[in-house]
Amino acid sequence: MSYWWLIFGMMAITFVLRYSLFAWPDLSFPPLVRQGLHYVPTAVLTAIVVPGMLLPDGEHWALNLSNAYLLAGLATIAIAALTRHLLATIGGGLLVFFLLRWMMGQLPV
Amino acid sequence: MTRKQLFFRGIRDSFAMAVGILPFGLIFGTLAGAAGLTLWQAVGMSLFVYAGSAQFIVISLFGAGASAVVILLTTFIVNLRHVLYSATLQPHASQLPQRWRVLLAFWLTDETFAVVQRFYLLHGDRPLAHWYWLGVASSLYVCWVLSSLVGVLFGQAVPDLASWGLEFAMLATFIGIVVPLLRNKPQVAAALAAGAVALMTYSWPYKLGLMAAAFSGIAVGVVLERRQLATRSGKELHS
Repeated sequence: MSYWWLIFGMMAITFVLRYSLFAWPDLSFPPLVRQGLHYVPTAVLTAIVVPGMLLPDGEHWALNLSNAYLLAGLATIAIAALTRHLLATIGGGLLVFFLLRWMMGQLPV
Repeated sequence: MTRKQLFFRGIRDSFAMAVGILPFGLIFGTLAGAAGLTLWQAVGMSLFVYAGSAQFIVISLFGAGASAVVILLTTFIVNLRHVLYSATLQPHASQLPQRWRVLLAFWLTDETFAVVQRFYLLHGDRPLAHWYWLGVASSLYVCWVLSSLVGVLFGQAVPDLASWGLEFAMLATFIGIVVPLLRNKPQVAAALAAGAVALMTYSWPYKLGLMAAAFSGIAVGVVLERRQLATRSGKELHS
Protein backbone atom coordinates (compact mmCIF):
# COMPACT_ATOMS: atom_id res chain seq x y z
CA MET A 1 0.00 0.00 0.00
CA SER A 2 2.76 2.49 0.88
CA TYR A 3 4.16 2.20 -2.65
CA TRP A 4 0.85 3.57 -3.92
CA TRP A 5 1.09 6.61 -1.63
CA LEU A 6 4.59 7.28 -2.93
CA ILE A 7 3.39 6.92 -6.52
CA PHE A 8 0.59 9.43 -5.96
CA GLY A 9 3.01 11.76 -4.15
CA MET A 10 5.40 11.59 -7.11
CA MET A 11 2.48 12.20 -9.46
CA ALA A 12 1.40 15.33 -7.59
CA ILE A 13 4.93 16.75 -7.43
CA THR A 14 5.66 16.06 -11.09
CA PHE A 15 2.37 17.50 -12.27
CA VAL A 16 2.69 20.69 -10.20
CA LEU A 17 6.17 21.30 -11.66
CA ARG A 18 5.00 20.74 -15.23
CA TYR A 19 1.82 22.77 -14.86
CA SER A 20 3.50 25.56 -12.86
CA LEU A 21 3.87 28.15 -15.62
CA PHE A 22 0.81 27.03 -17.58
CA ALA A 23 -1.27 28.10 -14.59
CA TRP A 24 -0.60 31.78 -15.36
CA PRO A 25 -1.40 32.30 -19.04
CA ASP A 26 -1.05 36.07 -18.78
CA LEU A 27 2.44 36.00 -17.32
CA SER A 28 5.25 37.23 -19.57
CA PHE A 29 8.91 36.95 -18.73
CA PRO A 30 11.59 39.66 -18.60
CA PRO A 31 14.14 39.50 -21.48
CA LEU A 32 16.88 38.01 -19.29
CA VAL A 33 14.67 35.05 -18.37
CA ARG A 34 13.54 34.56 -21.97
CA GLN A 35 17.18 34.53 -23.05
CA GLY A 36 18.01 31.98 -20.36
CA LEU A 37 15.23 29.67 -21.50
CA HIS A 38 17.05 29.21 -24.84
CA TYR A 39 19.75 27.31 -22.97
CA VAL A 40 17.46 25.06 -20.92
CA PRO A 41 17.44 21.90 -23.05
CA THR A 42 21.18 22.14 -23.77
CA ALA A 43 22.16 22.62 -20.13
CA VAL A 44 19.74 20.18 -18.52
CA LEU A 45 20.18 17.29 -20.92
CA THR A 46 23.98 17.67 -21.07
CA ALA A 47 24.02 17.59 -17.26
CA ILE A 48 22.28 14.20 -17.44
CA VAL A 49 24.28 12.78 -20.37
CA VAL A 50 27.87 13.59 -19.33
CA PRO A 51 27.80 11.81 -15.93
CA GLY A 52 25.85 9.00 -17.58
CA MET A 53 28.78 8.41 -19.92
CA LEU A 54 31.65 8.87 -17.46
CA LEU A 55 30.05 7.36 -14.33
CA PRO A 56 27.61 4.79 -15.72
CA ASP A 57 26.69 3.44 -12.27
CA GLY A 58 26.32 6.95 -10.86
CA GLU A 59 29.08 6.47 -8.30
CA HIS A 60 32.37 5.39 -9.87
CA TRP A 61 34.45 7.02 -12.58
CA ALA A 62 34.90 4.72 -15.58
CA LEU A 63 37.54 6.44 -17.73
CA ASN A 64 38.63 3.35 -19.63
CA LEU A 65 38.21 1.58 -22.94
CA SER A 66 35.90 -1.09 -21.53
CA ASN A 67 33.28 1.56 -20.73
CA ALA A 68 30.74 1.06 -23.53
CA TYR A 69 28.64 4.00 -22.27
CA LEU A 70 31.57 6.35 -22.91
CA LEU A 71 32.64 4.91 -26.27
CA ALA A 72 29.12 4.52 -27.66
CA GLY A 73 28.20 7.95 -26.27
CA LEU A 74 31.08 9.53 -28.22
CA ALA A 75 30.03 7.58 -31.32
CA THR A 76 26.44 8.80 -30.85
CA ILE A 77 27.64 12.41 -30.61
CA ALA A 78 29.60 11.90 -33.85
CA ILE A 79 26.57 10.40 -35.62
CA ALA A 80 24.40 13.29 -34.41
CA ALA A 81 26.91 15.91 -35.59
CA LEU A 82 27.37 14.28 -39.00
CA THR A 83 23.80 13.28 -39.84
CA ARG A 84 21.68 15.76 -37.79
CA HIS A 85 19.08 13.01 -37.99
CA LEU A 86 17.34 11.97 -34.78
CA LEU A 87 16.37 8.44 -35.76
CA ALA A 88 19.85 7.72 -37.16
CA THR A 89 21.36 9.08 -33.93
CA ILE A 90 19.21 7.06 -31.52
CA GLY A 91 19.11 3.87 -33.60
CA GLY A 92 22.79 4.07 -34.59
CA GLY A 93 23.87 4.92 -31.05
CA LEU A 94 22.01 1.94 -29.59
CA LEU A 95 23.45 -0.34 -32.28
CA VAL A 96 27.02 0.78 -31.54
CA PHE A 97 26.40 0.41 -27.80
CA PHE A 98 25.13 -3.17 -27.99
CA LEU A 99 27.76 -4.19 -30.57
CA LEU A 100 30.50 -2.88 -28.26
CA ARG A 101 29.08 -4.61 -25.20
CA TRP A 102 28.68 -7.82 -27.14
CA MET A 103 32.25 -7.69 -28.49
CA MET A 104 33.61 -6.97 -25.01
CA GLY A 105 31.62 -9.86 -23.57
CA GLN A 106 29.50 -7.59 -21.37
CA LEU A 107 26.16 -8.94 -22.55
CA PRO A 108 24.74 -11.99 -20.76
CA VAL A 109 24.11 -13.85 -24.03
CA MET B 1 -3.58 21.64 -42.21
CA THR B 2 -6.58 20.15 -40.44
CA ARG B 3 -6.64 19.00 -36.82
CA LYS B 4 -6.38 15.39 -37.91
CA GLN B 5 -3.45 16.03 -40.25
CA LEU B 6 -1.56 17.89 -37.51
CA PHE B 7 -2.33 15.18 -34.96
CA PHE B 8 -0.98 12.43 -37.21
CA ARG B 9 2.02 14.51 -38.20
CA GLY B 10 2.77 14.77 -34.48
CA ILE B 11 2.63 11.00 -34.16
CA ARG B 12 4.92 10.59 -37.19
CA ASP B 13 7.46 13.10 -35.87
CA SER B 14 7.57 11.19 -32.57
CA PHE B 15 8.76 7.96 -34.11
CA ALA B 16 12.48 8.53 -33.48
CA MET B 17 11.81 9.44 -29.83
CA ALA B 18 9.70 6.29 -29.47
CA VAL B 19 12.71 4.23 -30.57
CA GLY B 20 14.64 5.70 -27.64
CA ILE B 21 11.77 5.47 -25.13
CA LEU B 22 11.04 1.81 -25.83
CA PRO B 23 14.26 0.31 -24.40
CA PHE B 24 14.16 2.74 -21.49
CA GLY B 25 10.61 1.69 -20.63
CA LEU B 26 11.67 -1.95 -20.85
CA ILE B 27 14.53 -1.46 -18.39
CA PHE B 28 12.29 0.53 -16.04
CA GLY B 29 9.68 -2.24 -16.02
CA THR B 30 12.35 -4.87 -15.45
CA LEU B 31 13.96 -3.02 -12.54
CA ALA B 32 10.60 -2.12 -11.00
CA GLY B 33 9.62 -5.77 -10.95
CA ALA B 34 12.98 -6.70 -9.46
CA ALA B 35 12.65 -3.97 -6.79
CA GLY B 36 9.47 -5.59 -5.49
CA LEU B 37 6.73 -3.50 -7.12
CA THR B 38 3.71 -5.40 -8.30
CA LEU B 39 2.76 -5.32 -11.97
CA TRP B 40 0.08 -2.70 -11.24
CA GLN B 41 2.37 -0.54 -9.14
CA ALA B 42 5.08 -0.54 -11.81
CA VAL B 43 2.65 0.20 -14.64
CA GLY B 44 0.74 2.62 -12.38
CA MET B 45 3.91 4.62 -11.81
CA SER B 46 4.40 4.98 -15.57
CA LEU B 47 0.71 5.74 -16.03
CA PHE B 48 0.38 8.35 -13.27
CA VAL B 49 3.85 9.85 -12.74
CA TYR B 50 5.17 9.56 -16.32
CA ALA B 51 8.71 10.80 -15.69
CA GLY B 52 11.29 8.31 -16.96
CA SER B 53 14.51 9.45 -15.34
CA ALA B 54 12.82 10.18 -11.98
CA GLN B 55 11.12 6.77 -12.02
CA PHE B 56 14.45 5.14 -12.85
CA ILE B 57 16.23 6.84 -9.93
CA VAL B 58 13.37 6.21 -7.49
CA ILE B 59 13.41 2.50 -8.25
CA SER B 60 17.04 2.34 -7.14
CA LEU B 61 16.07 4.30 -4.00
CA PHE B 62 13.33 1.76 -3.27
CA GLY B 63 15.97 -0.95 -3.55
CA ALA B 64 18.22 0.94 -1.12
CA GLY B 65 15.34 1.31 1.36
CA ALA B 66 15.22 5.12 1.21
CA SER B 67 12.57 6.99 3.22
CA ALA B 68 9.45 8.51 1.66
CA VAL B 69 10.81 12.02 2.26
CA VAL B 70 14.02 11.26 0.37
CA ILE B 71 12.06 9.69 -2.49
CA LEU B 72 9.68 12.64 -2.86
CA LEU B 73 12.47 15.22 -2.48
CA THR B 74 14.51 13.45 -5.17
CA THR B 75 11.48 13.39 -7.46
CA PHE B 76 11.09 17.12 -6.90
CA ILE B 77 14.71 17.96 -7.72
CA VAL B 78 15.08 15.61 -10.69
CA ASN B 79 11.86 16.99 -12.19
CA LEU B 80 12.54 20.68 -11.43
CA ARG B 81 13.75 21.01 -15.01
CA HIS B 82 10.13 20.68 -16.11
CA VAL B 83 9.43 24.13 -14.66
CA LEU B 84 11.88 25.43 -17.24
CA TYR B 85 10.12 23.47 -20.00
CA SER B 86 6.79 24.77 -18.74
CA ALA B 87 8.14 28.33 -18.91
CA THR B 88 9.51 27.82 -22.43
CA LEU B 89 6.24 26.48 -23.87
CA GLN B 90 3.99 28.77 -21.78
CA PRO B 91 3.55 31.39 -24.55
CA HIS B 92 2.15 28.67 -26.82
CA ALA B 93 -0.03 27.09 -24.15
CA SER B 94 -1.41 30.35 -22.77
CA GLN B 95 -4.17 30.65 -25.40
CA LEU B 96 -5.51 27.14 -24.78
CA PRO B 97 -8.49 26.23 -22.55
CA GLN B 98 -7.58 24.95 -19.12
CA ARG B 99 -8.40 21.29 -19.82
CA TRP B 100 -5.86 21.36 -22.67
CA ARG B 101 -3.26 23.00 -20.48
CA VAL B 102 -3.76 20.40 -17.75
CA LEU B 103 -3.47 17.49 -20.17
CA LEU B 104 -0.47 18.86 -22.05
CA ALA B 105 1.27 19.72 -18.76
CA PHE B 106 0.76 16.16 -17.49
CA TRP B 107 2.41 14.91 -20.69
CA LEU B 108 5.33 17.39 -20.70
CA THR B 109 8.42 15.16 -20.80
CA ASP B 110 11.92 15.83 -22.16
CA GLU B 111 11.10 14.07 -25.42
CA THR B 112 7.72 15.72 -25.96
CA PHE B 113 9.24 19.08 -25.11
CA ALA B 114 12.03 18.59 -27.66
CA VAL B 115 9.72 17.63 -30.53
CA VAL B 116 7.09 20.31 -29.79
CA GLN B 117 9.61 23.08 -29.14
CA ARG B 118 11.25 22.33 -32.50
CA PHE B 119 7.86 22.52 -34.24
CA TYR B 120 7.14 25.95 -32.77
CA LEU B 121 10.66 27.15 -33.69
CA LEU B 122 10.17 26.09 -37.32
CA HIS B 123 6.50 26.97 -37.82
CA GLY B 124 5.70 29.62 -35.22
CA ASP B 125 2.41 29.81 -33.36
CA ARG B 126 0.12 28.59 -36.13
CA PRO B 127 -3.55 27.87 -35.31
CA LEU B 128 -4.40 24.32 -34.25
CA ALA B 129 -0.73 23.62 -33.44
CA HIS B 130 -1.90 22.13 -30.16
CA TRP B 131 -3.27 19.18 -32.15
CA TYR B 132 0.27 18.47 -33.28
CA TRP B 133 1.37 18.72 -29.63
CA LEU B 134 -1.42 16.32 -28.66
CA GLY B 135 -0.27 13.79 -31.28
CA VAL B 136 3.32 13.89 -30.02
CA ALA B 137 2.40 13.77 -26.34
CA SER B 138 -0.20 11.02 -26.52
CA SER B 139 1.83 8.68 -28.71
CA LEU B 140 4.97 8.97 -26.55
CA TYR B 141 2.82 8.38 -23.42
CA VAL B 142 1.33 5.21 -24.88
CA CYS B 143 4.81 4.08 -25.87
CA TRP B 144 6.18 4.64 -22.33
CA VAL B 145 3.31 2.89 -20.54
CA LEU B 146 3.27 -0.11 -22.89
CA SER B 147 7.04 -0.58 -22.83
CA SER B 148 6.99 -0.45 -19.00
CA LEU B 149 4.29 -3.13 -19.01
CA VAL B 150 6.30 -5.32 -21.38
CA GLY B 151 9.37 -4.73 -19.20
CA VAL B 152 7.61 -6.01 -16.07
CA LEU B 153 6.26 -9.05 -17.94
CA PHE B 154 9.49 -9.97 -19.75
CA GLY B 155 11.85 -8.86 -16.99
CA GLN B 156 11.33 -12.19 -15.25
CA ALA B 157 11.36 -14.23 -18.46
CA VAL B 158 14.61 -12.90 -19.98
CA PRO B 159 17.54 -13.64 -17.68
CA ASP B 160 19.67 -10.63 -16.65
CA LEU B 161 17.69 -8.16 -18.75
CA ALA B 162 18.55 -5.62 -16.05
CA SER B 163 22.26 -5.87 -16.87
CA TRP B 164 21.97 -5.28 -20.62
CA GLY B 165 22.42 -1.53 -20.21
CA LEU B 166 19.15 -0.60 -21.94
CA GLU B 167 19.24 2.71 -20.07
CA PHE B 168 21.81 3.85 -22.64
CA ALA B 169 18.73 4.57 -24.79
CA MET B 170 18.07 7.66 -22.65
CA LEU B 171 21.61 8.96 -23.23
CA ALA B 172 21.33 8.37 -26.99
CA THR B 173 17.98 10.20 -27.08
CA PHE B 174 19.27 13.20 -25.14
CA ILE B 175 22.43 13.36 -27.31
CA GLY B 176 20.18 13.35 -30.37
CA ILE B 177 18.25 16.30 -28.94
CA VAL B 178 21.23 18.38 -27.75
CA VAL B 179 23.84 18.08 -30.53
CA PRO B 180 21.72 19.83 -33.21
CA LEU B 181 21.16 22.69 -30.74
CA LEU B 182 24.90 23.41 -30.52
CA ARG B 183 24.90 25.86 -33.41
CA ASN B 184 26.75 28.77 -31.81
CA LYS B 185 29.39 29.51 -29.19
CA PRO B 186 27.05 30.33 -26.29
CA GLN B 187 25.17 27.03 -26.77
CA VAL B 188 28.45 25.05 -26.90
CA ALA B 189 29.75 26.87 -23.83
CA ALA B 190 26.48 26.22 -21.98
CA ALA B 191 26.82 22.49 -22.71
CA LEU B 192 30.48 22.40 -21.62
CA ALA B 193 29.74 24.28 -18.38
CA ALA B 194 26.73 22.12 -17.54
CA GLY B 195 28.69 18.92 -18.23
CA ALA B 196 31.67 20.05 -16.15
CA VAL B 197 29.57 21.14 -13.16
CA ALA B 198 27.56 17.91 -13.36
CA LEU B 199 30.82 15.96 -13.02
CA MET B 200 31.98 18.09 -10.09
CA THR B 201 28.67 17.72 -8.25
CA TYR B 202 27.64 14.14 -9.02
CA SER B 203 28.12 13.10 -5.39
CA TRP B 204 25.76 15.77 -4.02
CA PRO B 205 22.72 14.24 -2.31
CA TYR B 206 19.24 13.99 -3.87
CA LYS B 207 20.59 14.78 -7.36
CA LEU B 208 21.00 18.44 -6.36
CA GLY B 209 24.04 18.56 -8.65
CA LEU B 210 21.71 18.27 -11.65
CA MET B 211 20.12 21.64 -10.96
CA ALA B 212 23.47 23.24 -10.07
CA ALA B 213 24.81 22.06 -13.43
CA ALA B 214 21.72 23.19 -15.34
CA PHE B 215 21.80 26.70 -13.89
CA SER B 216 25.58 27.00 -14.46
CA GLY B 217 25.09 26.10 -18.12
CA ILE B 218 22.23 28.56 -18.53
CA ALA B 219 24.21 31.36 -16.84
CA VAL B 220 27.28 30.78 -19.03
CA GLY B 221 25.12 30.76 -22.17
CA VAL B 222 23.36 34.01 -21.29
CA VAL B 223 26.57 35.82 -20.28
CA LEU B 224 28.32 34.83 -23.54
CA GLU B 225 25.31 35.77 -25.65
CA ARG B 226 25.14 39.20 -24.01
CA ARG B 227 28.88 39.72 -24.46
CA GLN B 228 28.63 38.79 -28.15
CA LEU B 229 25.77 41.23 -28.61
CA ALA B 230 27.73 43.96 -26.79
CA THR B 231 30.89 43.54 -28.90
CA ARG B 232 28.82 43.38 -32.08
CA SER B 233 26.99 46.62 -31.35
CA GLY B 234 30.30 48.17 -30.19
CA LYS B 235 31.88 47.35 -33.57
CA GLU B 236 28.92 48.86 -35.38
CA LEU B 237 29.33 52.09 -33.42
CA HIS B 238 32.99 52.37 -34.39
CA SER B 239 32.62 51.53 -38.07
